[in-house]
Amino acid sequence: MPTLEIRDLHVSVETKEGAKPILRGVDLTINSGETHAIMGPNGSGKSTLASALAGHPKYTVTSGTATLDGEDLLAMTVDERARAGLFLAMQYPVEVPGVSVANFLRTAKTAIDGEAPALRTWGKEVKGAMENLRIDSTFAERSVNEGFSGGEKKRHEILQMELFKPHFAILDETDSGLDVDALRVVSEGVNRAKTNTDVGVLLITHYTRILRYIKPDFVHVFVDGKIAEEGGPELAEQLEENGYDKYVGTGATMA
Amino acid sequence: MTAQTMTTDHSRAVADGAHSHGVVPAGSRAERKTSFDLADIPVPTGREEEWRFSPVARLQPLFGEDLGAGGVLTTVVEAPEAKVEIVGKGDPRLGTTGKPGDRTAVTAWNAAAEATIITIPAEAVASEVTSVRVEGATKDATAQHLLVHAEHHAEAVVVIDHRGDATLNQTVEIVVDEGAHLTLVSVQDWADGAVHASSHRASIGRDAKLKHVVVTFGGDVVRITPDATFTGEGGEVEMVGLYFADADQHQEHRLFVDHAVPRCKSRVTYKGALQGAGAHVVWVGDVLIQAEAEGTDTYELNRNLVLTDGARADSVPNLEIETGEIEGAGHASATGRFDDEQLFYLMARGIPEVDARRLVVRGFFAELIEQIGVASVEDRLLASIEAELEKSMSVITGVAPVAE
Repeated sequence: MPTLEIRDLHVSVETKEGAKPILRGVDLTINSGETHAIMGPNGSGKSTLASALAGHPKYTVTSGTATLDGEDLLAMTVDERARAGLFLAMQYPVEVPGVSVANFLRTAKTAIDGEAPALRTWGKEVKGAMENLRIDSTFAERSVNEGFSGGEKKRHEILQMELFKPHFAILDETDSGLDVDALRVVSEGVNRAKTNTDVGVLLITHYTRILRYIKPDFVHVFVDGKIAEEGGPELAEQLEENGYDKYVGTGATMA
Repeated sequence: MTAQTMTTDHSRAVADGAHSHGVVPAGSRAERKTSFDLADIPVPTGREEEWRFSPVARLQPLFGEDLGAGGVLTTVVEAPEAKVEIVGKGDPRLGTTGKPGDRTAVTAWNAAAEATIITIPAEAVASEVTSVRVEGATKDATAQHLLVHAEHHAEAVVVIDHRGDATLNQTVEIVVDEGAHLTLVSVQDWADGAVHASSHRASIGRDAKLKHVVVTFGGDVVRITPDATFTGEGGEVEMVGLYFADADQHQEHRLFVDHAVPRCKSRVTYKGALQGAGAHVVWVGDVLIQAEAEGTDTYELNRNLVLTDGARADSVPNLEIETGEIEGAGHASATGRFDDEQLFYLMARGIPEVDARRLVVRGFFAELIEQIGVASVEDRLLASIEAELEKSMSVITGVAPVAE
């Protein structure tokens, strides 16, 4: 069974004042089919974990390990990690002017699978997935993320998750900025992917509301660059009622 | 009618930032000296407004009065409807599009003893592209004069294609008579050492339309100065440019659109990519809306994509408005570096770096390539962009490109 295993991970970010440590020893094991929610106050390092695992050049791993099926994830380039089965649904998807969604999806799918998708079935698959996510068919000819609303960008991220069929998907605050309808559509997409592909999900969120649609098997509370508490879905319910005050003292709330 | 003069200058475009609107130091473009007489326009020092970005030492061979004629071989394959003549310089059809405006333009005018005239007769619709192939034969400094004349209500596409190695000083006159539609494409696909200055002077008649396309890839120094003047109401000009500069290449495009009559429309879109130490691109877009030119509609845009360190882009849009009664007038200029976040996004979808860079650069040019509307040119352009990208990929991957 595929496993994403993170051991004692320390990560710094480059700043003008030099390297600033963000993650201070993260331990986490995700098996395929499992959904882990990572919750925590702003600035606790949740998104850094997502970006560092995907290989964003801004972040430097200073110690610790991350393996995917026993393979050293940290030794891989960004594209190699994706081809090894890791997917990151980004918090702020980037615009790529002049590159159509259709071209982008086909290019990425070809890279990930190592061969071009079968013409006959691929078109139908894309069309069906777009319909499921209530993405208008005209988006196929639009430039990637250009002029998309916040909700459209997030649906486009989940569209990719459904089409690329990764072994592990990290959803970096996919719920932020979504209204209730969009949140439901996006959550349905994630749940479809879980059902269809047995993907392991690392769901990073500040709020509990997405957990009403995507049921976590495990909840981890992230504070000051590491996991402060772990539990089952009931931990999310406690956070819903009490916020993060218990972990960070005064100042931080659930907002 | 309210009269006002508004002038803007962007002497250095800021990367993706807001640009400041200052005062043009050299005064109005309308007051720039133009003349057919060599004595009126001396050899530049490089400090003049129109030469301040240019490597004048490398252009020196083109400033002299004694340019020859044998440095290029010119082959015209015309559409069946078009007519080609070689005429002496005294032909009255020459010199109607305005006077030379800088030193290379005036030396080109005076040195060329003959001219090639391509005429698309009145109301003729050319069934094929007319191709003018200009091929470098020797490095002798050479003058050349071409005139493309679309008579009233004619329609045609003319492609001037420059290849090989040459030292060429060129005049391209473009006359678009009433109601005619002309697309003129000039491709600079020179070999590495070529030096090329070209003054394009276009006059656009009543209800006429000119699509003017410039594509610059090769050469050591290429400096193109397209001027467009409206001579009748309802005229329209669309000026499109693409360029890709490598290490130590200088590519300069200086445009001037003269709205001298009412109710004409101009659209200028130039985009360029640059890579390698010493790559230098210059874009200057002057638009003058004269006091009589009520109802003018103009917009110009320049974008540069800097792919590597050590390359430099200068972008200067200038808009002078002498009447308040206009439809619209605007400009935009931005020079941006290759976006690492775009690269990360694409690579995080499994796309290898080389392919991701290719996607981004092709995307940058995509819309403009579609705008050209001449399939053979579009295909070649895509191939040239691929070839240029191979060079920068070799820097990234450490693998030398295959020699041509």
